[in-house]
Amino acid sequence: MKRYSAFAVAREAFRHHAGWERAWRNPEPKKSYDVIIIGAGGHGLATAFWLGKNHGITNVAVIEKGWLGGGNTGRNTTIIRSNYLQDPSAAIYEKSRSLYETMSQDVNYNIMFSPRGVMMLAQTHHEVRGYLRTEHANNLQGVATTFVGPEKVKELCPIINIDGPRYPVLGALWQPRGGTARHDAVAWGYARACSDMGMDIIQQCEVTGVRQQGGQVTGVDTTKGAIDCKKLGIVVAGHSGVLADMAGFRLPLESVALQALVSEPIKPCMDVVVMANTVHGYMSQSDKGEMVIGGGTDGYNNYTQRGSFHHIEETVRALIETFPMISRLKMLRQWGGIVDVTGDRSPIIGKTPLGNCFINCGWGTGGFKAIPGSGWATAEMIAKGEPGPLAAEFGMDRFKEGRFIDESVAAGVAH
Amino acid sequence: MSTRLANGGRLVNRDRAVSFSFNGKQMRGFEGDTLASALLAGDQMLVGRSFKYHRPRGIVASGAEEPNGLVNLGSGDMFEPNARVTTTEVFDGLQAGSQNHWPSLEFDVGAVNAKLSRFLPAGFYYKMFIHPRPLWKHVYEPFIRQSAGLGKAPKDRDGERYEHFYAHVDLLIIGGGIAGLVAAKAAIGSGLRVLVVEQTAAWGGRAPVDGAEIDGMPADQWVAQTVAELDAAENIEMRTRLMGAGVYDHGYVLGYERIGDHQPGASLPKHRLWRIRAGHVLTATGAIERPLSFAGNDVPGVMLASAVRDYAVNFGVSAGDRTVVVTNNDDAYRTALVMKEAGLDVPAIIDARDGGAGALGAEAEAAGIRVLKGKGIAKVKGGKRVTGVATCAMAGEGTPQEEIACDVVAMSGGWSPVVHLWSHCGGKLLWDEHHAFFRPDPERAPTGAAGEAFVSVAGSANGAMALANVVVDAAAQGVAAVKAAGGKAAKVAVKAEAEDMAAMAPVWMMPQGAKYELRTKMWLDYQNDVKVSDVQLAAQEGFESVEHTKRYTTLGMATDQGKLSNINGLAILSDALNQPIPQTGTTTFRPPYTPISMGAIAGEARDTIFQPLRKTPMHEWHDAHGAHWEPVGHWRRAYCFQQPGESVEDAVQREVKNTREKLGLLDASTLGKLIVKGPDAGKFLDMLYTNMMSTLKVGRCRYGLMCSENGFLMDDGVVARLSEDTFLCHTTSGGADHIHAHMEEWLQTEWWDWKVWVVNATEQYAQVAVVGPKARKVLQKLGGLDVSRDALPFMGWAEGEIAGIPARAFRISFSGELSYEIAVPANYGQAFWDKLIEAGEEFGVMPYGTEALHIMRAEKGFIMIGDETDGTVIPQDLELNWAISKKKEDFIGKRGQERVHMTDPDRWKLVGLKTVDGSVLPDGAYAVSEGSNANGQRNVIGRVTSTYHSPTLDRGIAMGLVKHGPDRMGERLEFPKVDGTSVHAEICDPVFFDREGEKQDV
Ligand SMILES: Cc1cc2nc3c(=O)[nH]c(=O)nc-3n(C[C@H](O)[C@H](O)[C@H](O)COP(=O)(O)OP(=O)(O)OC[C@H]3O[C@@H](n4cnc5c(N)ncnc54)[C@H](O)[C@@H]3O)c2cc1C
Repeated sequence: MKRYSAFAVAREAFRHHAGWERAWRNPEPKKSYDVIIIGAGGHGLATAFWLGKNHGITNVAVIEKGWLGGGNTGRNTTIIRSNYLQDPSAAIYEKSRSLYETMSQDVNYNIMFSPRGVMMLAQTHHEVRGYLRTEHANNLQGVATTFVGPEKVKELCPIINIDGPRYPVLGALWQPRGGTARHDAVAWGYARACSDMGMDIIQQCEVTGVRQQGGQVTGVDTTKGAIDCKKLGIVVAGHSGVLADMAGFRLPLESVALQALVSEPIKPCMDVVVMANTVHGYMSQSDKGEMVIGGGTDGYNNYTQRGSFHHIEETVRALIETFPMISRLKMLRQWGGIVDVTGDRSPIIGKTPLGNCFINCGWGTGGFKAIPGSGWATAEMIAKGEPGPLAAEFGMDRFKEGRFIDESVAAGVAH
Repeated sequence: MSTRLANGGRLVNRDRAVSFSFNGKQMRGFEGDTLASALLAGDQMLVGRSFKYHRPRGIVASGAEEPNGLVNLGSGDMFEPNARVTTTEVFDGLQAGSQNHWPSLEFDVGAVNAKLSRFLPAGFYYKMFIHPRPLWKHVYEPFIRQSAGLGKAPKDRDGERYEHFYAHVDLLIIGGGIAGLVAAKAAIGSGLRVLVVEQTAAWGGRAPVDGAEIDGMPADQWVAQTVAELDAAENIEMRTRLMGAGVYDHGYVLGYERIGDHQPGASLPKHRLWRIRAGHVLTATGAIERPLSFAGNDVPGVMLASAVRDYAVNFGVSAGDRTVVVTNNDDAYRTALVMKEAGLDVPAIIDARDGGAGALGAEAEAAGIRVLKGKGIAKVKGGKRVTGVATCAMAGEGTPQEEIACDVVAMSGGWSPVVHLWSHCGGKLLWDEHHAFFRPDPERAPTGAAGEAFVSVAGSANGAMALANVVVDAAAQGVAAVKAAGGKAAKVAVKAEAEDMAAMAPVWMMPQGAKYELRTKMWLDYQNDVKVSDVQLAAQEGFESVEHTKRYTTLGMATDQGKLSNINGLAILSDALNQPIPQTGTTTFRPPYTPISMGAIAGEARDTIFQPLRKTPMHEWHDAHGAHWEPVGHWRRAYCFQQPGESVEDAVQREVKNTREKLGLLDASTLGKLIVKGPDAGKFLDMLYTNMMSTLKVGRCRYGLMCSENGFLMDDGVVARLSEDTFLCHTTSGGADHIHAHMEEWLQTEWWDWKVWVVNATEQYAQVAVVGPKARKVLQKLGGLDVSRDALPFMGWAEGEIAGIPARAFRISFSGELSYEIAVPANYGQAFWDKLIEAGEEFGVMPYGTEALHIMRAEKGFIMIGDETDGTVIPQDLELNWAISKKKEDFIGKRGQERVHMTDPDRWKLVGLKTVDGSVLPDGAYAVSEGSNANGQRNVIGRVTSTYHSPTLDRGIAMGLVKHGPDRMGERLEFPKVDGTSVHAEICDPVFFDREGEKQDV
């Protein structure tokens, strides 16, 4: 594969860009693979990438029913942070955040990781105490966060109204090294790197069944025929329940629509990501100038990838309260994604009742930030057959044992 | 140049001139003008700059599809970026300014990007700026960000107001063109409630512009007559300036009405958001003309043929003096004829089809217009304005043949039905080969709850292009829609003459074999600067899905959401992939149809009424007596009451002391009060609480715990049995609503056959905690109810009158003091409070706030939901085993609490914590032990859950959860602070004050 660089762009500029190769091959499936990953979202592709990079396993297929990156990976609001409260969460999200820092170089694709800082506003005393707790926890977990006062909030983000009539800003938990990245580029960057390692990314191919024999997985049925594998990774976010059903087990999660919207693009006016959990909304400004906005999930389960309007209303209201100037902007587009939410709002990375079948799901409303780290941990588990320290706490058994990793403790909105 | 014509302009009122400014220049227009038509009338074709290359941009279209004409309007708190000139109506005093250029519209430094465009193909940024790593963050990204955005960000808060409106109709017709009007006729007298909405200010849509005849009369006349007829129908409501913005599940439709936009200062709301619930939705949203892809098709002066015609007919404005029409269909010939008739030059019609047009072709030639057949445009000449075109053979590579001077190029690549609203909620499309467009697939409509289609389409939106077909289709669809909505349809017979039209021929690139140089100058997306060569590059690089191509090139992602570019773009993609267009498919249509203001979405709910504000009956008194407010849910509660010159901290300390020594009053009205009644009430509460509630005696109170199914403590409070079958359950202030919902959920989904009713009576009562050694004295002074120790023992309640006010007194204490919580009907709240203050004066009464409440409970070692609990804590962790019934077979959370991790002896348990130096432990601090875990994180063995300075003990006190805590009394723990230092604290009993409980039970 030809490397990407400014030099390469300049070279191609003089020959009508005729020399650019396909970013990834579009192969027909082989008869069998060492590992099949179902789902070419960020988590599936990152898993494949680290299988190759860290474990030298490259006889891998990533099977995608639609187009790669077309699930939640291509629909989210791209907030990256690791200021989580519980130890297992902080560990995997911080690993992930740090991998984002070098990802453009790791995959030779500019994913535009922008560590512009993430600020979570405290607007009640209760929230202040909650974030002080997170600050202490992060301090011991090696995650750099600080609790800052309202003046600092205003300085970091001048468009915030810190003394609104209802919920004046009392401070914020500030993670200067959090930020955003270009979501499509994350999927494309991994896909290109995986394809380059010889892995097959098979798009427009839906898995319709999981084959097994004697309690061990043997392959999958797909719309392009049966494909054998030695190990299987299910990484399909909102459709995890459907795939688990094919593999013969049930998952403790529900699928609901989470919505987001963007405004028309305006000149830069906001350099940080702000989350306001009391009023329930968050916002950042993309490199294109759009204000990227999100809020809560719909209250009912569904698979339609569109949501109800009342959530948009609530979110926009909350944000106008926080950033009064956006009232004069216009909503350009709203959309939704189906997120898989577990009982404790933390993901599942673990073995399944089916031998050699592993699962990674339950990232819910906040798994974009976890993509590189989750891929790292899932690849380690698939390669070694057992979860390593990053994934150890995230097994499914925790629901049976009551060993929850509850993050809703710290924040109402978890993106 | 573009200018106002001497005659014409069916939508403008030439008697009413208005003046406005553009980039500071004073200009004039007429009432009825859009900003676009008024700008063109003043020869202002250049209106902005494109996003990436800062290319000069002129007006292209005449409606909602306009990608270029975006300006900022107004100033200060009326400043609005990105307003579309084609849908902005001019008014006297309007101020507009162009965007995205520096230093000026005419001379823009950013235009250097265009010179570098060969280095900036689609997706260039993914391939560059990778090394060295720090440069992206510090150099490249800030640079790219600086060039982001179009309009400037508004600075001030919004000076306008907005409102919401609900409408419930049987049939909603969206679009007031001929199709919508014909369809609406079917609803006259149908007995249905019908709403017909049109996004512009005028009814009739395109037909009047095209000079059509309907039922033997000119279209304008037919429209006026029909609108009058519909207006007269009692069951039909007609609304203009109201856009159907989005269609959602179950017939929910969003309408966006522009009220004050064109009449500022009239103290009207700017926008009104309609939330419409419709039984059936008929969309008659028309069609949008497509541009053609030829080199230089983005030069100002290149416009849609229909737009050129609209400006002439609707506004009496000529886009230019010499118009070359370039087309692949007959319709654009009308533009040539209109311009000719206006006395302007039309040097040529360039028709890509070898056969040329039908009847309109003959008409054009009769009018002396030269028609070139089988030809295309090789290249447009000109920079900031078209100066001419070079023609070429359609079949060739684009060798220029002839140069024709002109200042307008009116192009038409055919039409695309507006299928957005059909598609929002899942309606599918099919590819119509004949017209080369996507239209709704009637077999795959959006469906409602019962699987029935709830959206249908009529007219051009449904793919009927000629007027004769539109009226037939609309009549049929109207009748069907009325029936679908459950009404009796009227007969509709509307006639229009069929015309002799030649078939259009799809032209996706002009000429067919255009070379690379030309393809890099063919714009698909004018605003985002996406060209034919970009889409082809995407295909070459494997971005084969239309969604990939869109994202990689940004095609269709601009503020017009690809209304002009999408179909052309996906045709180019299909061609590059060598596959038929339907196989490529479209991207998803997402609401809103055109951008709608955030202000409208929020409606009236702003500032103080952004959320409902709940006030207790004593709120005003508190406010007048120094209340320092804190939001608690939607309530406001006094955190403390500051005396003049006093700090918040001092006030809190004073309140605690005063209450412990004398008498304090707390407004506890926000406390949740749920009445649970019915023969099965006791059984129900036994399931909800960990304690046994069914055995509670009438007249007694019991402190109870409520857990989630997983066993975690979620709420606590005192339950009083009011009568054999009635319980009053107190919840935390924040918990009232969700505990009520929690009860209802269980009753409705699991125990629907239990005879229990729950009522949330929180707001029916004002509740005052009368607390302190003098509590009984003050109540006795007020007189009435016997509150003596014997008559009203600890954990009892009694009903009667106090100071002549009906009251219920509960002898419960959350402070460790002698305490009564007294509930009175809400409307007596203030009176009762006043009496307490008055009578209490001699005892030293003072009100206290939530913080004093918290401190006093912490001194007593009482847990607080939300502090000691966080959704991961079970009652057993808090040493509350005494409140968990061992006798009950089941309660919510019981099974959860039996799971292995819940019974793990290593769970962190509640203890008291005393700093060695008497200081206050930092909020949220963790206790550490040696070493780190497998992920390199410090090992922790406990944490602080509540920490305060105790005025009673004059030292820091804290509660916390610590591993094996209760077994480690007296041990010291290290709590690292975030500044790198540590505090040390000793594990102790969590009850810091009055261990024996002597004070409360006197
Ligand atoms: C509106 C919204 C905003 C969000 N905001 C944020 C945020 O700001 N920060 C953050 O960290 N996270 C955010 N998230 C969450 C984040 O997007 C997800 O957690 C993350 O992208 C999940 O990645 P994934 O790879 O697991 O899933 P996906 O990207 O959804 O990938 C799963 C893939 O599996 C495929 N698949 C499903 N079934 C099959 C089958 N039978 N056969 C083959 N393939 C199949 C799907 O087509 C899909 O491509 C947001 C989510 C949404 C919806």
